[in-house]
Amino acid sequence: MTENSPGTTSLINTAIAEEKAARGGFSGFLKRSVQQSLAFGTLIVLVAFFAIASPNFFNWANISGILLATAVVGILALGTTFVIITGGIDLSIGTGMTLCSVMTGVFITNMGLPIWIGVIGGILTGALMGLINGTGVAILGLPPFIATLAMMMIAQGLALVISGVAPIYFSGTPGFRKIALGEVIPSLPNAVLIMLVVALVAYLILSKTIMGRFTFAIGSNEEATRLSGINTRRWKILIYVLAGAVTGIAGVVMASRLDSAQPQLGMGYELQAIAAVIIGGTSLLGGRGSIIGTLIGALIMAVLLNGLRILSVQTEWQTVATGVVILIAVFVDSLRNKRTG
Amino acid sequence: MTAPLLDVEGISKSFPGVRALDDVSFHLSAGETLVLVGENGAGKSTLMKILSGIYTRDAGTIRVDGKPVDIASPSEAQELGISIIHQEMNLASDLTVAQNIFIGREPRVGPFLSERALNRKTSNLLRELRIVLAPNQLVGDLTVGQQQMVEIAKALSYNARVLIMDEPTSALTDAEVTTLFRLIAGLKERGTGIVYISHRMEELRQLADRVTVLRDGQYIGDLERDEISVPRVIEMMVGRKIDSEAQRPLSSEIAGTEVSLRVTGLSTRTLLKDVTFDLHRGEILGFAGLMGAGRTETARALIGADPRTSGTIEVHGRRVRISKPADAVRHGIGYLSEDRKQYGLMLEQDVAFNTMLASMRDYTNAIGWMRDRRGRDVTKKYVADLRVKTPSVNQTVKLLSGGNQQKVVIAKWLARDCDVLIFDEPTRGIDVGAKEEIYALLRTLAAAGKSIIVISSELPEVLRVSHRIVAMAGGRITGILANEDADQEKIMEYLTTDSAAEGRAA
Repeated sequence: MTENSPGTTSLINTAIAEEKAARGGFSGFLKRSVQQSLAFGTLIVLVAFFAIASPNFFNWANISGILLATAVVGILALGTTFVIITGGIDLSIGTGMTLCSVMTGVFITNMGLPIWIGVIGGILTGALMGLINGTGVAILGLPPFIATLAMMMIAQGLALVISGVAPIYFSGTPGFRKIALGEVIPSLPNAVLIMLVVALVAYLILSKTIMGRFTFAIGSNEEATRLSGINTRRWKILIYVLAGAVTGIAGVVMASRLDSAQPQLGMGYELQAIAAVIIGGTSLLGGRGSIIGTLIGALIMAVLLNGLRILSVQTEWQTVATGVVILIAVFVDSLRNKRTG
Repeated sequence: MTAPLLDVEGISKSFPGVRALDDVSFHLSAGETLVLVGENGAGKSTLMKILSGIYTRDAGTIRVDGKPVDIASPSEAQELGISIIHQEMNLASDLTVAQNIFIGREPRVGPFLSERALNRKTSNLLRELRIVLAPNQLVGDLTVGQQQMVEIAKALSYNARVLIMDEPTSALTDAEVTTLFRLIAGLKERGTGIVYISHRMEELRQLADRVTVLRDGQYIGDLERDEISVPRVIEMMVGRKIDSEAQRPLSSEIAGTEVSLRVTGLSTRTLLKDVTFDLHRGEILGFAGLMGAGRTETARALIGADPRTSGTIEVHGRRVRISKPADAVRHGIGYLSEDRKQYGLMLEQDVAFNTMLASMRDYTNAIGWMRDRRGRDVTKKYVADLRVKTPSVNQTVKLLSGGNQQKVVIAKWLARDCDVLIFDEPTRGIDVGAKEEIYALLRTLAAAGKSIIVISSELPEVLRVSHRIVAMAGGRITGILANEDADQEKIMEYLTTDSAAEGRAA
């Protein structure tokens, strides 16, 4: 190797570092994940900024509040990360979540079934919606945007019809509130714990199982995946079902947190969840993404809103700030793509 | 002596883990055609990307008309009169010829675009270049060859003085190649300097005023027109002598072996009619045919990638149902597409991911948990066996050269342990040295008991690798020849006479 180009050595060092990082082991894994999501740096900066700007920010009550606020959108985002990595999109998760809440309410309050059946019923409702979405996309060949847009409207309509456009309260079953607001771990709301458990399971599925591998494969090159003898239709359906089931979990958590199923809510949650996924470094084009990124993306949005609120910034401006963060995240992501491309 | 049109000196460029160019120099005069040759990974494409402003160089100087220049972006290259025509075309298929050529520079009348002025300008340009195309044709309706003409017209519409062509003929028919060469001759008369990158030795003899050879990112040497001979060029490219009169396989070698694949009466709605053939264990069966003869269609219908209207398939004497590629793979049939990037690889994923793709189940336990170490070990084995040039199995496939990408696709199917491998144009876009390696690999695989179909548009290649040769024309099999009975003329007869008869019948 000659020495006539100054950049060579550092390039090679970077290559060696990357190679080491890619080899695995926990430190390698950590390095890779952190490198992958520039979002992590953003989160640290945001937290540091608000901690300095306001003494009220960095105390456990507030932090736990942020986490609780993240939970529902976070869970939705975790499920939909899979769909987005396949190169798809799921617009039905917001109103779908509401339909799951309502169904849980119907099972528990209206039909008087035990809480656990209501919970499972809510999750299955989500899985069923995912099955329909997946069938539309994989078998009928509908564009995911259209198939899930239709499901978004169907779910909203059904939620209103089934509930009779009125909230369903869980007043008869005091235990139901505990699902989200109880504290199995002291001072940590269960909703947060559920999000973390869902995240762990999602992480394991995405990076350690064959399903995760095919999720990436389909997003990278669906036709090449099919020609490699993989039943892409079946896997796509499964992925939408998984995302749907996670939507169901979000629906149950939402209902439990509000101690009621609110049929009018839901619209707009899908966009917040998708934004969290994108901020977390998952590519809308498919083939690239991570669960940790999504978790961080969801936290960034929650920290930002909470911090701005503590600094008494108007609600309207909070929304503007969120939009700006999404823009920056996607821009930074596109820069990174260029560099490696 | 005046300064050369383009003078490149001491160019170096490194990527993480790879030194792509090391102190490379070449020069080009006006009206000259320089053919740049080198194996995959020799650095040709990198060099051209530096000249066209896509990459920046680490070291070296570039002079245009003797003046040093910096080329920081494609538009700066265009301003300097350097245009490049890439292997993959960059045309919008829903726009017309004229709209594509003058995209971003449309003539206007007031605030509005003038389609008429645009078409007039385009027909003038096309006439000048003697390209027979209508300005208002949709690019999507054109053949690949015609699209290439549009690319060239577009490049020249920027008043290009240096035109770089990266393997322009790889997807063209013979007639289209002739047209292209006529066009190039015309450009030379106008004083355009042409850098022509090619793998094809015949082209080199026809076109080159001079040949510059690169190997492993280094400049190896120049050959003037009267010094050019194919063996000499190949020797410089690969750094060793190649035996051009290699042994052809004989059909008698596989005469007694069992039939591993029997296809009977395969037909599709659009093209194939009653395609019937046997493939033996250890055999390499060549499929020859002109464009549209139905070779790729046969492969795709056979593996269930496209629907068929009739036909039965037997694997090792047992009739099987194949309605989707997953069925074919389950029965041990793997298909390696002619278009690696679109149908074979995940460019953004690494070597291990791509190698493991078709055999993912082998690396999981009962509940689908991945045993990545096992997959990586398998990948490492194939990387070593096939001599894939890659810094590690974690390298993104996009960063490998064409020949090495092809090897990754082969590794994927070997890892799946398929008995029957269908190679569609296995050496397309791969240069001479790597071709030899692929041929050797095919022979090794056949000798190890695999049954192989090779679809190829190059008759010498078909004769070189196949025990027997299936000739196709117009969606039918027109003849199956033993290698020892076949030569190029004979095969060509089967490829053309019958399709002509077909034409008369219709």
